[in-house]
Amino acid sequence: MEELKEMLLQLDFSPLLISLKTGVAATVFSFFLGIFAARKAVQAPPKVKAVLDGLLTLPMVLPPTVAGFFLLLIFGTRRPVGAWLQDSFEIKVVQSWAGCVLAATVIAFPLMYRNARAAFEQIDANLVYAARTLGMPEWKIFWRVVLPAAGPGVIAGTVLTFARALGEYGATSMLAGNIPGKTGTISQKIAMVIQDGDYQTAGVWVVLVLVPAFLIIILMNLALHRKQKHIKRW
Amino acid sequence: METYAKQAAPIQAEIHKSLGRFRLNLSFESSSRRIGILGASGCGKSMTLKCIAGIERPDRGYIAVNGTCLYDSANRIFLKPQARRVGYLFQNYALFPTMTVEQNIAAGLKGKKSQIHQKTAQMIRRFQLQGLEKQVPAQLSGGQQQRVALARIMAYEPEVLLLDEPFSALDMYLRDQLQRELMELLEHYAGLVILVSHNRDEVYRMSEELLILENGTLVGQGETKSLFQNPQNSITARLTGCKNITQAVWQEDGLLFLPEWNLTFPLREKRGQGGQAVAIRAHEFRIEQTMHNAHLCFPVLEPVVTEDLFEYNISFLPSAESKKRLDWKISKHVQTFLRDGLPRRLYLNEKDLLLLDT
Repeated sequence: MEELKEMLLQLDFSPLLISLKTGVAATVFSFFLGIFAARKAVQAPPKVKAVLDGLLTLPMVLPPTVAGFFLLLIFGTRRPVGAWLQDSFEIKVVQSWAGCVLAATVIAFPLMYRNARAAFEQIDANLVYAARTLGMPEWKIFWRVVLPAAGPGVIAGTVLTFARALGEYGATSMLAGNIPGKTGTISQKIAMVIQDGDYQTAGVWVVLVLVPAFLIIILMNLALHRKQKHIKRW
Repeated sequence: METYAKQAAPIQAEIHKSLGRFRLNLSFESSSRRIGILGASGCGKSMTLKCIAGIERPDRGYIAVNGTCLYDSANRIFLKPQARRVGYLFQNYALFPTMTVEQNIAAGLKGKKSQIHQKTAQMIRRFQLQGLEKQVPAQLSGGQQQRVALARIMAYEPEVLLLDEPFSALDMYLRDQLQRELMELLEHYAGLVILVSHNRDEVYRMSEELLILENGTLVGQGETKSLFQNPQNSITARLTGCKNITQAVWQEDGLLFLPEWNLTFPLREKRGQGGQAVAIRAHEFRIEQTMHNAHLCFPVLEPVVTEDLFEYNISFLPSAESKKRLDWKISKHVQTFLRDGLPRRLYLNEKDLLLLDT
């Protein structure tokens, strides 16, 4: 017990901070990109939609290392895009926090996109038609009518996106690496200390991830249930 | 009359649209400001309204309202729904579920906040929604929801009001009440109103001119009451509520032979007026030969009586070799046959035998 207390006092909490920062940033990016893509997909003709949907969902079904491979191909320091970002904006993606955010965004984005799309598709199309005949501009229809009506689904997507971004490992380790205090996220920390055989530190980090994740999901379910009273139990 | 004729008709439309295997092909023009479109479900009524509102885009054609062109495929004109000033009342009202009554009414309004507020308040008074301003649609009754939807449309001051089956989701009691309310509210509306319905009573009450739609084609158009009186073809006859429709064959000497009923009628007035089918409304049969011209007569064989609240329905064969039954409806106030037994024969005025082209 004394040993555990000692360890907690000496624990470097930077992985928690990095993971949280990454999770929030990736969620913000995924949120806007996801609802934008979902809106386009809902409005697209069926064949275009099938292809678009496939591309946008791929990061979710592929091993994260495959996503990491493509990200390195695109953003590697000697690759055109990577070099361009470096020269023009001094943004370095590889081995940097930006890489953490990029990897987490790419992996978590499909969750946001798919949930938003499902929510948009559930909306009564007459709402949009009515808004149009009332002279509302398309952007206003989207933000004032569609998004609020799709609220529960969009919130669910956002929470799942955050949870996924928080725990991202594979693509992050390939693109951003595990630099303590810079790109070292909780998941990478756990993997690292396990390799050293330090199960106690790993266990502490596991609890630190597990408890909040579980609480978030329970709270989300309760909050959504209150908004969806019409759903019957069966 | 001269000046009126020169004015552009309130609506001119030619709409062609394919949707899967369904084809909508219709062309009409009307100078009436209260138009009804009657047709079975899936006949293209709603699609027609959606094309007028700009919600759907026709494959080709032309739509103009009050002389303003809304759509013209030849000149590549397609006004967005936002630019058409067309109000659309949906069957489910399509109120924005997350907005209050006030916010719903103000949703489409533009201008200064004070103006929007004033307009909204005015609509709330006019549609008797006081006290409901802060409620959301789910808290309102069906009738209140319809009033909010109308207030929202009218606040936007549309030139055209499209009513898409506005009463079909309601129970009968509420339906009659809301119909009356809507008719009162529309009395002072100067714009064009197009009502789409599969209910003949609704269009009979609410429209001056009627279009009959079947399978995406226009099969009849005319002044509503005269179209009901003289339906001209069997589709119109069926949709306007004729129960008894059958083919007819003219024979020499003005005899009209109805093969399915195995009846031959000697016609006097309608002799030689053509007609390949006839229709008889279920209420038009006479028990007694009161009038001189009620000279069409046939027996009532194998009758089957079903009793409704206010009337009896009697289905019978009009002759021994008849292949098809006739339907006869009679009010309980008139009929005393429960006491006297069913009449053995029925009479029909020649004017109530409707001659149809097809």
